[in-house]
Amino acid sequence: MIAASTTMPVVAGLRRLFRNRAILLGAIVLALVVLAAILAPLIAPYAPNKLSIVNKLKGPSLTHLFGTDEFGRDIFSRAIYAGRISLLVSLGVVFISTVLGVIMGVAAGYFRQLDAPISRLLDAMMSFPDILLAIALVAALGPSLATVIIALGITYAPRLARIVRGSTLVLRELPYIEAAVAMGLPTWQVLMRHVLLNLASPILVQATFVFASAMLAEASLSFLGVGVSSDMPTWGTMLASGREFMNNAPWLMIFPGLAIVLSVLSLQLLGDGLRDLVDPRLAKES
Amino acid sequence: MARISWGLLHRLGGMLIVLALVVTVVFIIVRVTPGDPAAVMLGSDATPEDIAQLRSRMGLDAPLIVQYGQFVGGILRGDLGQSIFLNHPVTQALAARAEPTFFLTLFSILIAVAIALPVGVLSAVRRGTLFDQIVVTLTMVAASVPSFWLGLMLIQVFAVGTGWFPASGYGGPDTPFLERLHHLVLPAVALGVVNSALITRFTRAAMLDVLGEDYVRTARAKGANERRVILKHALKNALIPIITVIGLSVAMLVAGAVVTETVFGLPGVGNLVVSAVLRRDYPVIQGTLLVVAAIYVLINFIVDMLYILVDPRVRL
Repeated sequence: MIAASTTMPVVAGLRRLFRNRAILLGAIVLALVVLAAILAPLIAPYAPNKLSIVNKLKGPSLTHLFGTDEFGRDIFSRAIYAGRISLLVSLGVVFISTVLGVIMGVAAGYFRQLDAPISRLLDAMMSFPDILLAIALVAALGPSLATVIIALGITYAPRLARIVRGSTLVLRELPYIEAAVAMGLPTWQVLMRHVLLNLASPILVQATFVFASAMLAEASLSFLGVGVSSDMPTWGTMLASGREFMNNAPWLMIFPGLAIVLSVLSLQLLGDGLRDLVDPRLAKES
Repeated sequence: MARISWGLLHRLGGMLIVLALVVTVVFIIVRVTPGDPAAVMLGSDATPEDIAQLRSRMGLDAPLIVQYGQFVGGILRGDLGQSIFLNHPVTQALAARAEPTFFLTLFSILIAVAIALPVGVLSAVRRGTLFDQIVVTLTMVAASVPSFWLGLMLIQVFAVGTGWFPASGYGGPDTPFLERLHHLVLPAVALGVVNSALITRFTRAAMLDVLGEDYVRTARAKGANERRVILKHALKNALIPIITVIGLSVAMLVAGAVVTETVFGLPGVGNLVVSAVLRRDYPVIQGTLLVVAAIYVLINFIVDMLYILVDPRVRL
């Protein structure tokens, strides 16, 4: 009985969540992409690096659904394995940018004396186009999987910080925060228990959009040859290496590109849907 | 008038602080390189003498605070340093590459606005119709497409397939201007279409906001024709958020230009910075970052100024 009563709000919440068509569609597509990446060894018909020179540059067929590349490697298998790294990079970026963004945003929004310096720093950081800042950071730190994640994490942190700062400014003035302060609760407890918990929704929405941007940015960096090593299959490196054979084997470009579009689209749908849910005023407009 | 001047000075001061921070961030980025940037740039074959010589040429042997002073002093004199590989000043390298990037960005923004304004307005006016739903879906898809991938697809169809446009290059200084612009059509369309998605969505949202306002209802009640209501009463009031997002999208366009120039082999600033990264030519990377960020800060300042022209209620 107790178990039923505690699960009910969760079920009701999920039902409300999935009543939004954008969230439902975005969640289904994203779940498929994530599942394909996790279950890659079970789904992929070939090993991602299995060479077969006799089968090089074969078009899509029943044996090779998305065709083969210049080394005869199966594009379908590679695209599934590439999803693992592309998703891993984007998740890492979301984690770093969220941690940095929350620290900067809460500090600027809660402590008045820190607001001006942090806000100006965020303005300065946001003056750099994302790809340009990321490639400069990768150039400085040296190209590797970890530095791509760190560079993009730093690049997108101000986006989260802005949202967190705005929400914290509003929260700070609310009676229950004032009450908590008046009761003599230490600042860190006020921040952890009352501010951070109430920031969860805007952070979740913004993190979804950062996830999508990170996926696009990682593809761009890999395509430019300044991202992860070209030996590692990501959708970006697949596009970069396929470019040379684009005229004779367009499938080398089409399928990894579609994988990016589909994943980013699912994240955008999810982000939009969640935002509408968090802010019903916006839902009325769309 | 006095209030405007004070407001203007305040904004100007804010802009200068942000510019100073931009300079500092750029200075720090190059200095976070693990190890010695001079050794990294010269590679494993370099002798200790070569490294010491480059360190002194780049000013890396001085204390950090002196380096910062020299860096800021150089910028104030218009000196962004010397490219290590091109062996000429960074400003000269940037100036030589500015034209394709400038026109690419300009045409992309024109294409984006030309698509976004009418489509966004119409979509808001016909809210809930099939047209509106198609627009909402298409903008979502367009925002998910990497502009460089769209560029590659356009090359396949319109350069390799039909041969209407060149697949790459820009032509030399002797190439007629129109011929050079012809090279920019596909990259500008690739960038413009992707960026139109964001502007369309903002235009639609801004129009939906103002279409529900009392003054729009009053204008309709007065019997003003629908075209006048939409263009004069609604669009004019929706322009502020639209101008803001157009200003913001310039930064996105520059980011997109970096990759798009590489796809189309355009000898622009994006191409310069990518080759600088591959060669670890730090002065070029730092100079480009600085100039692009400064342009962005200036554009935002100009956008702020445009608000007064668009909306007399806005006070600076």
